[in-house]
Amino acid sequence: MTNTWQDIKNANLVIVMGGNAAEAHPCGFKWVIEAKIENGAKLVVVDPRFTRTASVADYYAPIRPGTDIAFLSGVIRYLLEQDAIQHQYVRAYTNASLVVKEGFAFENGLFSGYNEETHSYDRSSWDYELDEQGFAKSDDSWQHPRCVINLLRQHVSRYTPETVSRICGTPQDKFLHICGLIAATAAPDKAMTSLFALGWTQHSVGSQNIRTMAMIQLLLGNIGVAGGGMNALRGHSNIQGLTDVGLLSNLMPGYLNLPLDKETSLDEYMKTKQYKPLRPGQTSYWQNYRKFVVSLQKAIYGDAATQDNNWAYDWLPKLDVPMYDIIRAFEMMNNGQLTGYICQGFNPLQAFPDRGKIRRGLSKLKFLVTMDPLDTETSRFWQDFGPQNPARSAEIQTEVFQLPTTCFAEENGSLVNSARWLQWHWKAAEAPGEAMSDIWIMSGIFHRLRELYRKEGGAFPDPILNLTWKYTDPVEPDPEELAREMNGRALADLTDPATGAVLTKAGTLLDGFAQLRDDGTTASGCWIFSGSFTEKGNQMARRDATDPREQGIAPNWAWAWPANRRILYNRASADQDGKAWNPAKPIIEWNGSRWEGIDVPDYGPTVKPSDGVGPFIMNAEGMGRLFARDLMADGPFPEHYEPLESPVENVLHPKVRSNPVARVFASDRAAFGTPQHYPYVATTYRLTEHFHFWTKHALINAILQPEEFVEIGEVLAKEKGIEQGGWVKVSSKRGEVVCKAYVTKRIKPLLVDGKPTHVIGVPLHWGFTGQARKGYGANTLTPSVGDANTQTPEFKAFLVNVEKTGAPAA
Amino acid sequence: MSDLQSQDYVRRSASTLTPPSVRSHEDEVAKLIDVSRCIGCKACQSACMEWNDLRPEVGHFEGSYENPADLGPSVWTLMKFAEHENEQGNLEWLIRKDGCMHCEDPGCLKACPAPGAIVQYANGIVDFISDKCIGCGYCVKGCPFNIPRISKQDHKSYKCTLCSDRVSVGLEPACVKACPTGAIMFGSKTDMKHQAAERIEDLKSRGFDQAGLYDPPEVGGTHVMYVLHHADKPSLYSGLPDKPRISPVVGAWKGFIKPLAVAGIALAAVGAFFHWITAGPNEVTEEDEAEGERVLREADAHEPEKSP
Ligand code: SF4
Ligand code: SF4
Repeated sequence: MTNTWQDIKNANLVIVMGGNAAEAHPCGFKWVIEAKIENGAKLVVVDPRFTRTASVADYYAPIRPGTDIAFLSGVIRYLLEQDAIQHQYVRAYTNASLVVKEGFAFENGLFSGYNEETHSYDRSSWDYELDEQGFAKSDDSWQHPRCVINLLRQHVSRYTPETVSRICGTPQDKFLHICGLIAATAAPDKAMTSLFALGWTQHSVGSQNIRTMAMIQLLLGNIGVAGGGMNALRGHSNIQGLTDVGLLSNLMPGYLNLPLDKETSLDEYMKTKQYKPLRPGQTSYWQNYRKFVVSLQKAIYGDAATQDNNWAYDWLPKLDVPMYDIIRAFEMMNNGQLTGYICQGFNPLQAFPDRGKIRRGLSKLKFLVTMDPLDTETSRFWQDFGPQNPARSAEIQTEVFQLPTTCFAEENGSLVNSARWLQWHWKAAEAPGEAMSDIWIMSGIFHRLRELYRKEGGAFPDPILNLTWKYTDPVEPDPEELAREMNGRALADLTDPATGAVLTKAGTLLDGFAQLRDDGTTASGCWIFSGSFTEKGNQMARRDATDPREQGIAPNWAWAWPANRRILYNRASADQDGKAWNPAKPIIEWNGSRWEGIDVPDYGPTVKPSDGVGPFIMNAEGMGRLFARDLMADGPFPEHYEPLESPVENVLHPKVRSNPVARVFASDRAAFGTPQHYPYVATTYRLTEHFHFWTKHALINAILQPEEFVEIGEVLAKEKGIEQGGWVKVSSKRGEVVCKAYVTKRIKPLLVDGKPTHVIGVPLHWGFTGQARKGYGANTLTPSVGDANTQTPEFKAFLVNVEKTGAPAA
Repeated sequence: MSDLQSQDYVRRSASTLTPPSVRSHEDEVAKLIDVSRCIGCKACQSACMEWNDLRPEVGHFEGSYENPADLGPSVWTLMKFAEHENEQGNLEWLIRKDGCMHCEDPGCLKACPAPGAIVQYANGIVDFISDKCIGCGYCVKGCPFNIPRISKQDHKSYKCTLCSDRVSVGLEPACVKACPTGAIMFGSKTDMKHQAAERIEDLKSRGFDQAGLYDPPEVGGTHVMYVLHHADKPSLYSGLPDKPRISPVVGAWKGFIKPLAVAGIALAAVGAFFHWITAGPNEVTEEDEAEGERVLREADAHEPEKSP
């Protein structure tokens, strides 16, 4: 989230698209209700199904799964046509005026630089035209045909209401009504918040779905302001923490990139990370990258990371492919290239696409280690549970080590919520049985590995042998000790370079990442967490709910990264002179000598408005980007591409139907179905009664939603003779699910390019362990397709067939 | 069963005379359910199970999100989901938390032949006192909202207690505490009516001209009230009665038991009930029904019994 849960109450318009906030985030959803009741806000829901969120919405419109970019590009077109944009904001704070290089083009569905063989783009033309000093050229008159706003105007001109409706199946009047509601928030004192989740990410165009809405928010001046923002509702209490500490295969803690093979030295690695300002006088905060990297290395390797060995750069793993994401991991497993798997707090047999492929992959492993508080399906993949898991145990040689772990309530630690708050929690109960903490288990594995390396040498022992491990209890380091390590400390006296005065004494915990250095005198395990555990104590454990302006910002409740900042880009909440756009809900304002307000400024605290420093200080141009430069794999502007499995052609460019750079392995492509055999669009989702595959282990949740089912509209059910609660077989090219049907009015056929299109809803919670009834799991059906940028699987739009069937033999 | 004491009773089943409550200062309470901000998350349902230690069995999918499929001896509240297409052809998904309404004039209590098995406290809560319940099922017949359910295990009747045990020590009912959207509110009946009025105004401003409060006068008002977007058509909400009515048979039955009690032969009746308990199945037999009908035919319409 750019903003916070509480801040949602400041919105005038709440749009839920690409998510189902009431259902998947019922507790946080209270702030939407608060916005409605206390702020007179309207709630708009755009979703293929009439969801529980829709049940309390002021306005609902249906949409075909996988067509959000068409819808939102239509909104952009509307805003530009009606001139319903926040002009001052767009001119001053976005790159609308910057001029794009000659050579950038978009034709027939492809941006310039496409390479058909590698399914990737040479993105060199996707950038600004630079002047002699290396700054991006700007045309404040917006006359230049290649300035961003004009290119954007041209790009979205194809998305007329007719075309939107033809692609999305959303009736034109509904689409236009929503455009009108959105446009009203272009007023400087009005804000729209966008709440989304996996309904946008789990697509082959997932990142671009989100980007399109971010662009709308920039055009409306809704980023950085109270009640605005792009608010990703994280689907797991600590999934934000997972990405923050770099548990992605191509990242290190604090969103630092894992080096690539070709980056053979630290200097080489740093070359692509200089982040020279692209406009005069801009902050471009990533210029501090080296400080973050060196401090991370000092945290990992301690004294062994020195200037002489380039801060142990050589000991870092280097990527030979863009990333080893889950789709690649299981592809390799299936090919026999990955033979051991440690699966910590993860249930891939339920969670990853194409369940059959997952099961086959696990069956080829030499060993599988699972670490989980629950008896997961993955741990039992080898066991025959009937049609829901038809494993042939005798043929599987994988050795499985099932290690029970504590759950969050059985240990101290912190969770990072959607609003980037690090909240400390305390152990509430002893763990049952043989469960041990993840820390104890990982430490145990580490010590044994190190011992083996010590004794046997091995190909490359240095990265393991040199790890620093100076914990009070090396067998099970204390969570607080680990938290202090993340925060970071001074390794030597930190002096003022000008005067030589000691600013921070050696050994002290740091107050924030501004103190980090690239000379080896500081260590920090995750730079964005710096400030969370200082000499003043554990900031994450703070529980003062005081909200000075009752505006949803309680600065002394827990701690938010970065720097305890609650609303990102909050400098943009004020105009160029430093006055709040919305005087009723100011966040920070310029008081003549400094920025003051209810939040930590996302800006130099004493940088004068007249200095012209842009509010987007992480970006090299200091501006919000309507044109993404070369930073997205699939284009600097979003474009509508059909899901990899789609019932229709791409009406915009038939030759380029789907995202040309989506992640698809050849073997997975062979497992795609066609509309002839699989005529219906399916989409997967959660129900409020369950949390993924966990809560079916809890009796009450199992009682509340006991059994697998799919949702089918009344029209299709009638056509197929399917009865309410009757048995159906849902099949895709990859597998089939036999379960009950919920025949509902909440899914209506959509008129897509003149043809009625049916959507089937597939909730994902059931498996074969736990207290609920056995189920096949939605991923039996889903295709192995990844988003071009994040490799997130396309769970939200694929093809199936559905047939009436008899009850299975009991 | 509750921690409230008999001094709090204002009504008692199968008793003509109810001692006046000595605690006259007690406010009438009410739970207000704002249907328009309920998201159907069932947190209330699960809180009810948690607090009251209820664990019905893991059922089946039966063609809706309603689970378990019905109220039951261990299902005291249930989310009901109705898919309704309005005149404009737009869908409304009307989600209502079903359970005991805690009627001011409770049909269950009036129907109950077992002395003291159903009581009403001064705060308005209608409570079943299980050890006095004989499992005859008359309360089921007497309830205009189809709420009580008889347990097959112990042959006693169960329903929502409005968490009388929590309320008696100054806590709100468990469902109220759990509701994430504030759709369930609890307080004095007067305050809840004020709250409702504000909500109704907001709903009217959003185009729900018929928004209103459900506090049906037919049962003297209720201590569980709803804010409805369509107060003109309560039945849209999974059959919430438009005009709840206590079956005339119930009035008749009271007319039948009352003379018995007055004649001082209530003991005989208790003896008969005792037979029912031990012999089971504790159902209202056809004979009983016929007897009720007969009394009904003979007797004039009886005024509903009023507490002294
Ligand atoms: S709703 Fe039914 S059970 Fe509840 S008090 Fe009224 S009559 Fe009795
Ligand atoms: S807890 Fe509240 S929002 Fe959830 S179902 Fe119950 S009344 Fe509705």
